Amino acid sequence: MIQSASQTVGPFFRIGLIGSRTQNNLVDEQTAGERITLTGVVYDGDGQPILDAMIELWQPDANGIFNHPLDPRHEKADPHFRGFGRAENRNAGKYEFKTIKPGGRDRIPPYINIHVFARGMLIHAMTRIYFSDEPANTDDPVLSSVAPERRHTLIATREESQGPPVYRFDIHMQGEDETVFFNP
Amino acid sequence: MGESAKYNWLDWKVQPPYLHPAYKSTIKRSPSRPLVPLTQSLSELTGPVYSHDEIHPLDNDLTKNSVKTGEPLGERIIVTGQLLDDRGKPIPNALIEIWQANSAGRYMHKVDQHDAPLDPNFHGAGRTLTDENGVYRFITIKPGSYPWRNHLNAWRPHHIHFSIFGTNFLQRLVTQMYFPGDPLLPLDPIYNGVPDEEARKRLVSIYDHDVTTPEWALGYRFDIVVCGPRQTPFE
Repeated sequence: MIQSASQTVGPFFRIGLIGSRTQNNLVDEQTAGERITLTGVVYDGDGQPILDAMIELWQPDANGIFNHPLDPRHEKADPHFRGFGRAENRNAGKYEFKTIKPGGRDRIPPYINIHVFARGMLIHAMTRIYFSDEPANTDDPVLSSVAPERRHTLIATREESQGPPVYRFDIHMQGEDETVFFNP
Repeated sequence: MGESAKYNWLDWKVQPPYLHPAYKSTIKRSPSRPLVPLTQSLSELTGPVYSHDEIHPLDNDLTKNSVKTGEPLGERIIVTGQLLDDRGKPIPNALIEIWQANSAGRYMHKVDQHDAPLDPNFHGAGRTLTDENGVYRFITIKPGSYPWRNHLNAWRPHHIHFSIFGTNFLQRLVTQMYFPGDPLLPLDPIYNGVPDEEARKRLVSIYDHDVTTPEWALGYRFDIVVCGPRQTPFE
């Protein structure tokens, strides 16, 4: 069958997709794992923040288990962590997630899957967030498949902060630092 | 897509490109470099799971889920359809979210400054989970057309925004449902960003007299197809 074609989320997605439900906080008091803040800006080709972008993320729990029946270990998944989040590029174009640092799997370093949506995007773009303080990044097959000069666009940098760790991950739709987007 | 890919992801013969200059905002917001092939792994083949007890019974009735003083104004309609993968298999328990303008063509959103009235009884958002046969159903008001600033005298056709989760991250889809016979469709750069004529037609709902309920509301059918598992050589 012919796939349904994608269309842009437009500028008014907040009505239906963000609404009154807080979806950028993925944790509750009982969620296991290291609390992190994940933040950044989505930039357009002129280097201007896109004020109506939406980021969705999907990640496993602190033990690297996805809360989904296809994960062979899913019965051990943290019941206090669904692993899905959604945030707007809102305050000065910045998005922010409160989540936990995901666990790695086998010898694969932790990472988070990302979809980027915006007015002006007829179809979403898929990328990944790796973490700057993970030595296993060096051997990761996906990072290794990306041209060395572009790998940094997939790595969130850990910022100095008083409280829980803050990781910064900017997304550039175009330009010298254009983020790597994937075709799975 | 690797040889071992379990799913066909997006079919770029029917999906719109990132860059479609007639829709001006794509010019600075489209990735300019080719997408990098990615071997599908558990993180792409899984996705959020929702349960029916997370959905309020009125969530799929936009004529009732935000009333303040009475019923919203406009033409009441029923929108229903089936969510399938591209192998034709229905997808049950999938979250579908919709949002739209009111009957006058105005969104309940501070950025929308179109000079048309807001309707205090119509917020314009709904959600539901597909049933065991992949079927969903919404009750709403037919949205109005409204102007936008893409080019001189640009107007969006009547449309409802749809957000769809399948069973995994690859099946994620956001689209828009249009209405049959809308004279604005041939003029709309967003609709016409879809390169394939047949795929464009599939974004237009079908008037269905069997869905229409006597003395109450007109019915429209809108089936949605997301990517599906890849055929193996043995099938």
